[in-house]
Amino acid sequence: MSHDHHNMVSVSVTVNGESRTEECEARMLLVHFIREKLGLTGTHWGCDTSNCGVCVVSVDGQPVKSCTMLAAMADGAELTTVEGLETADGLHPIQQGFMECHGLQCGFCTPGMMIAAKSLLEQNPNPTEHEIRDGLSGQLCRCTGYHNIIKAVQFAAEKMSASEEGASA
Amino acid sequence: MTDTAVPTSAAGNPIGFGRMLRKEDVRFVRGKGHYIDDVNLPGMLHGAILRSPHAHARIISIDTSAAEAHPKVHAVITGAVLDTLGLAWMPTMSYDTQAVLATDKVRFHGQEVAFVIADDRYSARDALELIDVDYEVLDPVMDAKRALDDGAPIIRDDKDGQTDNHIFDWEAGDAAATDAVFASAEVIVKQEMLYPRSHPAPMETCGTVADMNPLSGKLTLYSNTQAPHAHRTVYAMVAGLPEHQIQVICPDIGGGFGNKVPIYPGYVCSIVGSIVTKRPVKWVEDRSENLMSTGFARDYHMKGEIAATKDGKILGLKVDVLADHGAFNATAQPTKYPAGFFHIFTGSYDYGAAHCKVSGVYTNKAPGGVAYACSFRVTEAVYLVERIVDCLADELGMDPAELRMKNLLRPEQFPYTTPTGWEYDSGDYPRALQLALDIAGYADLRKEQADKRERGELMGIGISFFTEGVGAGPRKHMDILGLGMADGCDLRIHPTGKAQIRLSVQSQGQGHETTFAQIVAHELGIPPEDIQVINGDTDNTPFGLGTYGSRSTPVSGAAAAVVSQRVREKAKIIAATALECSVDDLEWELGRWQVKGDPDQGKTIQELALLAHSNLELPEGVEGHLDAQAVYNPPNLTYPFGAYICVVDVDPGTGHVQVRRFIAVDDCGPRINPMIVEGQVHGGLVDGIGMALMEVIAFDKDGTNLGGSYMDYLLPTPMEVPSFELGETVTPSPHHPLGVKGVGESATVGSPAAVVNAVVDALKPYNIRHADMPLTPAQVWMTMQGKTLRTDLAFED
Repeated sequence: MSHDHHNMVSVSVTVNGESRTEECEARMLLVHFIREKLGLTGTHWGCDTSNCGVCVVSVDGQPVKSCTMLAAMADGAELTTVEGLETADGLHPIQQGFMECHGLQCGFCTPGMMIAAKSLLEQNPNPTEHEIRDGLSGQLCRCTGYHNIIKAVQFAAEKMSASEEGASA
Repeated sequence: MTDTAVPTSAAGNPIGFGRMLRKEDVRFVRGKGHYIDDVNLPGMLHGAILRSPHAHARIISIDTSAAEAHPKVHAVITGAVLDTLGLAWMPTMSYDTQAVLATDKVRFHGQEVAFVIADDRYSARDALELIDVDYEVLDPVMDAKRALDDGAPIIRDDKDGQTDNHIFDWEAGDAAATDAVFASAEVIVKQEMLYPRSHPAPMETCGTVADMNPLSGKLTLYSNTQAPHAHRTVYAMVAGLPEHQIQVICPDIGGGFGNKVPIYPGYVCSIVGSIVTKRPVKWVEDRSENLMSTGFARDYHMKGEIAATKDGKILGLKVDVLADHGAFNATAQPTKYPAGFFHIFTGSYDYGAAHCKVSGVYTNKAPGGVAYACSFRVTEAVYLVERIVDCLADELGMDPAELRMKNLLRPEQFPYTTPTGWEYDSGDYPRALQLALDIAGYADLRKEQADKRERGELMGIGISFFTEGVGAGPRKHMDILGLGMADGCDLRIHPTGKAQIRLSVQSQGQGHETTFAQIVAHELGIPPEDIQVINGDTDNTPFGLGTYGSRSTPVSGAAAAVVSQRVREKAKIIAATALECSVDDLEWELGRWQVKGDPDQGKTIQELALLAHSNLELPEGVEGHLDAQAVYNPPNLTYPFGAYICVVDVDPGTGHVQVRRFIAVDDCGPRINPMIVEGQVHGGLVDGIGMALMEVIAFDKDGTNLGGSYMDYLLPTPMEVPSFELGETVTPSPHHPLGVKGVGESATVGSPAAVVNAVVDALKPYNIRHADMPLTPAQVWMTMQGKTLRTDLAFED
């Protein structure tokens, strides 16, 4: 029976720019690895079935539901979690957008929502409302009705394209 | 937009009411919120619950030996173990009993059977599979309409004298007067409708960390409860623990919506687990456990009848309700009202007479009954009246907006006593409906609809007008388990003029840290950034019944205003002493007491805070300091209202409904922070659209819960909902110190009827008068074929 013994594996990741290596059971989900082994509790868990998206993190630049992936599969990967959004220059425009536009209430879906929004804007810097809704359709929020989340992403898109233009001018 | 009349602080915040960014967001956007599963204590163990695979079965035996032999397992607790402690059963908030862990029978699919405590969550789950339970499967009662049949299996044979599945009969209004009105009415319309079982499904599930200190005997219970103080008292009563030795700490809560009001078996098991293992024990539900066993809502089978004249004057309303309460009557509501506030079902109209009768029954479903932002069943009441008024409009061939406008209560009728005894405090209903019609461009929409019907396209326009009763409640009428529904508030003003306010209510995302700071700022002129709002720790906050039923601002908000006013009066005495004048010579200018006619002579609240702590010689009997306490016992409920209009397009080929527009005019009195109010309305509208179109917990013939995951229990994503068009009117409550009425549940209460009315309106070419929620493509399509489905049961009777 497998209940009393599970293979341990060593998992090395770069998380928010920092190299980390931790031992875990081979069956450990990435979301639990991030929360319990890396101690980054900003990433949440919400559903078991990959429906809610509160566990979304960036894995090698792609938004991934971290409850759907084993930690062992992330060995060697570069992870960005909500804790990695803020830089020395301050809050990421997406974080600013969520604050300014009241894009959150209880805050539980917010980390996954912001990582998904970041990925969306990286692929499509100037999305329409429909494209934002489509891009975030893997994320659930129970508080905001999405109305102000859309506005928050639009705020970030404008801010990011303004700073792009500023940088290229 | 900040109201221009409100001064702005150095940090740019309104010193009072107005749009202000939320204080709590500083941590939330950085991933620094601290939720129940983020609580990790040294030596902490993890609990997991073994649940029943059957809806109704006798337990023959439970063998836990293999689980106990698991090297990472510390203890396995069963109902038999709890029985030795007198804790196998616990009282519910409706004076019924509920099994903590089953001893004799299991009574719903997902019921708690055993609790395993292990080193980590994975091992605890492993060990569940090692427990062997032998069941004798019994016939379940899954259809509330069959629960009282002769020969129906008796679910609660644990209860002495219980010979059927009946729980209660309750009625309100005047049956004879109502019958008289109906006897002479020109038009009577009858409609049966089901408000199906739904679930609040907050993104964060329920959980706890129980830490019993074996030396001091103190229990520290981290718990994401909406009612920390009430829970503390109930734990003391149930478990016999001394109440001063129980501290309930609520971390940040990831949404509640009513799901986190009750005490669940997992909490009790965690406490017992900590006592047994002498270690902290964490238990957090998984999503299936959340959807299958905790906090369901609705499940009301309603037979409505409305009487009117031929030209559309509504004369009377009656309704007969069969209420499915599941296997244990565990609804949380004021004791007097077993059907919650359902008897507010007369809604927003002027009647001759009304009567409602509600019968509660047991079924083999999860216990509960009141949850999901329902304002104690005002949701079901509003749905009933707003649906049947549309049915009447259909019968009369009248426009539903015109029919409503003709019958709405008029402003001069307030305060208005309804046929079932509610005293509506204030309102201007026609103004709100007219504003919604104007925003919608109602006449143009009807024109567009007529054009589309010509072309065979299905467009629908649905209206709903709601009146809510929130802010429970007046202590002489309302208590839960004998605890009056008042709330305390403590306000400390530090010597440098910074403040801390301590609340009994509990934010689950509503933004209390911001709103309550604005209330104090409004009353005292202290900038909101200088005010810390403290909630969620029973050792450090005053007693009160918590946050649900939209009661925080109506009750606790009033307490915050009253306690601030007490501070202001204390400061006035200090000011008079310092300025060497009489208190009668002083006037209050926001943030400052000054001499009438000589405003240069004055002291700011910050100066007065320091003077209150200084060596200033105070008058006889004045103690100094500015701190104050208050308890607010509301004289009445507050009655927010609103007018909602929904526009849908229905695909005739698939039955798919798309909500194209949603207009929501809300009147919740003055808005402390309009940004937060609008956010709450947005969220509630999506709840309502979800219930109307997607969300249902149905069961199969064997009693299997078919809504046990987010793959089965469908919540709206951003794709199913539009951006919203909001409007407001402001009718202050005459009895609340700030005039505010509460808004947290308004949109959830008001919107489902608007969506269903819109879909039924779209289906008018098919001669449809009603179809039960959720209006999934399958339900709409079948309705178009004249075979509308029963949505709560996945089997033919």
